[in-house]
Amino acid sequence: MTARSLHLFWFSSPHTFFPLAGTLARVCAVAAAVLCAAGLYVGLFVAPTDAQQGEAYRIIFIHVPAAWMSMFLYVVMAFWAAMGLAFNTRLSGMMASALAPTGALFTFIALWTGSLWGKPTWGAWWVWDARLTSELILLFLYFGFMALKASIEEPRRADRASAVLAIVGVVNVPIIYYSVKWWNTLHQGASVSLTKAPSMAATMLVGMLLMALGFWAYSIAVALTRVRCSIREMRRQEER
Amino acid sequence: MLAAARCLVHRDLLLALRRKSDVGTALLFFVIVASLFPLGVGAEPNLLRAIGPGVIWVAALLSSMLSLARLFADDHADGTLEQMLLGAAPLGVIVAAKAAAHWLVSGLPLVLIAPLLAIQYDLSASLIGVLVLSLLIGTPVLSMIGAIGAALTLGLRGGGVLLSLLVLPLYVPVLVMGAGSVDMAAAGLAPDAQLLLLGAMLIVTAVLSPWAVAAALRISIE
Repeated sequence: MTARSLHLFWFSSPHTFFPLAGTLARVCAVAAAVLCAAGLYVGLFVAPTDAQQGEAYRIIFIHVPAAWMSMFLYVVMAFWAAMGLAFNTRLSGMMASALAPTGALFTFIALWTGSLWGKPTWGAWWVWDARLTSELILLFLYFGFMALKASIEEPRRADRASAVLAIVGVVNVPIIYYSVKWWNTLHQGASVSLTKAPSMAATMLVGMLLMALGFWAYSIAVALTRVRCSIREMRRQEER
Repeated sequence: MLAAARCLVHRDLLLALRRKSDVGTALLFFVIVASLFPLGVGAEPNLLRAIGPGVIWVAALLSSMLSLARLFADDHADGTLEQMLLGAAPLGVIVAAKAAAHWLVSGLPLVLIAPLLAIQYDLSASLIGVLVLSLLIGTPVLSMIGAIGAALTLGLRGGGVLLSLLVLPLYVPVLVMGAGSVDMAAAGLAPDAQLLLLGAMLIVTAVLSPWAVAAALRISIE
């Protein structure tokens, strides 16, 4: 193996990754606390009241970042799953399974805050709208991944089997999204778009971005801590 | 390669023929589930006409899933599957043949008996035609997606329940398009778009799913 590829895979060994993960997790945990506090402050106190929805809209500062994270984390999870299958590294499988509970959590938060937001604005806790439905199915996909992982005792088979499922899932997510979208749509259009000027006040956007960054940092911190736990478990089993 | 596939389809059909009760059970399940809905929601004809396509599609989904657990389990138990993995024929072809046999045994009977259930739901003749066509295109997709789940859960404790958790979310697009095509026709519009999308799903899964199933089988057997 050349020096370059050695360098590339240096941290893919659990033993070298363990201390790095510890440092990163601590840094990200602090960053998450600071960013979320700042984001909530901007969102709850600084951002102006919405002309149509009044104060009720303020849940957007949790709802939208959580929904972003729920979809993004599934893609990251599938990425690590694919890396694990391609390079046969133990750490990739650990990363994928460490991300799943956080992704499921954010999916649940997005659904929960969505229903809290839907009650005052649409007058219903739940509507069978495209985005709600595809988010619900995303939650089922996370549950399926975790259930498959949990039901296989042999760790290598568990990692590889759940990796295949994650990849099949990520191919399906856009198909599910569009099929449900053509089926029914009530949800408002995307709040933030990269191509057109933001349709909201700048402070709202800042609050949402702060919260999104905070959720990112939280996800990294929690996932890395989980990876550290699974590395410890693996060492324990090797010692036996 | 094709000879291997033909041989495998023939063998699986013969096995199914020798154990008719397995095929019959899944089919009866389909009929019973579809017949339970009017008892649950009431026999008001307009209501039944509205929910009919969806109910028949959901029942087809569940029934096709029921027989999935056995897709690889018997071959795994008696060691045939390991021989197939070791054999000269590409695993993707074997897997595609097994999925095709599964559809012939569990999907095609559903398509054939669906008109009878549609009459129970008072669907008109033209709608029955669309329903049968959508099931004809859609049920092979169910068999092929389901094969991925069956391969992943091979030999696991509680595999059947786990299988439904893995596979049902992936069935959603097929259900939406399948039932949607009949709803479209019922609204007096052309159901072509939904049927064409179902056809697209069929082609895409036919190309991609054998790979995924083969990878999953190798992981489960190794």
